[in-house]
Amino acid sequence: MTTTSPDTAPPYLDLRGLSKVYASRDGAVRALDHVSLSGGRGAFISIVGPSGCGKSTLMMIAAGLMPASSGVVAIDGAPLDGPRTDIGIVFQSPVLLEWRTALGNVMLQAEAKRLERAFAERRARDLLAAVGLAGFEDKYPHELSGGMRQRVSLCRALIHDPPQLLMDEPFGALDALTRDQLVLDLQRICHERRISVLFITHSVAEAVFLSDQVIVMTPRPGRIDRLIDIDLPRPRTLALRDTPEFSHYCREILDLFLARGVLREH
Amino acid sequence: MSESEPIIAAPPHLDEVEASVERRRAARATRARVAAVLAPTGLVIAVLVVWEAGTRAFGVPAFLLPPPSAIVAAMVKHAALLTVASGVTTLEIVLGFALSIAVGIPLALMIFLWPPFARAVLPLLISSQAMPKVAVAPLLLVWFGFGLVPKVLIAFLIAFFPVVINTAVGLAAIEPEKIHLARSMGLGAWDTFFKIRLPDALPAIFAGLKISITLAVVGAVVGEFVGGDAGLGYLLMVANGGMDTQLLFAGIVCLTILGVALYLAVELVERLVIPRHIIASERAAGGTF
Repeated sequence: MTTTSPDTAPPYLDLRGLSKVYASRDGAVRALDHVSLSGGRGAFISIVGPSGCGKSTLMMIAAGLMPASSGVVAIDGAPLDGPRTDIGIVFQSPVLLEWRTALGNVMLQAEAKRLERAFAERRARDLLAAVGLAGFEDKYPHELSGGMRQRVSLCRALIHDPPQLLMDEPFGALDALTRDQLVLDLQRICHERRISVLFITHSVAEAVFLSDQVIVMTPRPGRIDRLIDIDLPRPRTLALRDTPEFSHYCREILDLFLARGVLREH
Repeated sequence: MSESEPIIAAPPHLDEVEASVERRRAARATRARVAAVLAPTGLVIAVLVVWEAGTRAFGVPAFLLPPPSAIVAAMVKHAALLTVASGVTTLEIVLGFALSIAVGIPLALMIFLWPPFARAVLPLLISSQAMPKVAVAPLLLVWFGFGLVPKVLIAFLIAFFPVVINTAVGLAAIEPEKIHLARSMGLGAWDTFFKIRLPDALPAIFAGLKISITLAVVGAVVGEFVGGDAGLGYLLMVANGGMDTQLLFAGIVCLTILGVALYLAVELVERLVIPRHIIASERAAGGTF
């Protein structure tokens, strides 16, 4: 018997009663209204919701980059104050430094973490190769396609072996085919390395495909509408998207959007 | 139907197509490069020919508009004089420009880092630019005499403003995500500045420096006009006083060459400091100059 019971151990990521209100010229804007969620290590959690539901705000708060107006973020039970530097972040835009090569951009994270150079460079090259960028290490961002840049950004978020990835609509600006490939790559990488992911998207299918749990949010102010556990076998293949089980989950989310007026079928 | 030759020959292999496309691209690029040199050169030659022919045909007096040949002759005749004068003016310009950088960049840093300072200083800075520098020149003369110092100061006063503004704006104009990224990576304040914010601002800073160097030329000449005893500006005054229009034009030609050379020197440094970035933005903008 182990001494710590899974029932009493604090969850890896625990967001409790997060609210965020922005002061603006036209009065206060309520972005988040008492959002609580928690996830264990290795869990893939997606947050879906309409634009303006506070998804990105939630990610900024979970990353420790923005204070909540009220509520607590706890990691392994310890409340967070200040940015979480152990995790990897991927934004909707790749946010690469134009004057650094693909490899140099990935190495920025290694430099910030003061990783041993030769070791980090080997790792960076392996990661770039793992997302299909072998041979592009010395290219500058303007020489890469949008999908390639986002892959570099993903490698930069992974080089220090983070316990968690926070991703804010990372594939939103990419074409459908590139998106499918990156979704498959992301699933494989996170599964191999047991990385927890907090994934923000407005693509219902992407959320269902990738996640252990999908959190559906209401329009502004963002509240949690429903938590949906996705009980589909892994590794998930593209063919899974044609199964009735997959469609059922998507339907459930879309029905919620219809019920809240996010979508209308006239 | 009788058997006939196929109308369309066997299609070429893709390798051959690629080679011919590449040949045409290379030829186009070469033509563009040659044209980039030939077109302005041709225009200058055409203007010079018309100028020469016009002044001769209509008998324009040399004190009004000397022909180019006379200007060249004056440049050769006064070569020593012009060289010395160019040296003096170059020193004033370079010192004024260096002072603009030495004062402008730290000032911009303080404006960027310390908002109360920015609020206090910016209105003064902007009014200092509204004030005509030529009006201040006599005052500087009273304070600092006729030597090098007042010319350098006038060059500095005119040239430092774009350095300050472009540097401050460049530092502030970074995408917020880059700063979020730096914080989430645990990059310290020092590294965030030198690895991310400063390199990000370099194109804006160099845009300011390129404006600044051309203004420093104006400043040095204004300084010499008001109270000079050496340099190209002083030479222009002397030539003007003596109705020596050939020498006047010779001085203007020297100043122009000097200004272009200094501008190109700044641009060269820019290319050395940020080669890749420039290549990328050049592609977007379709060339410099």
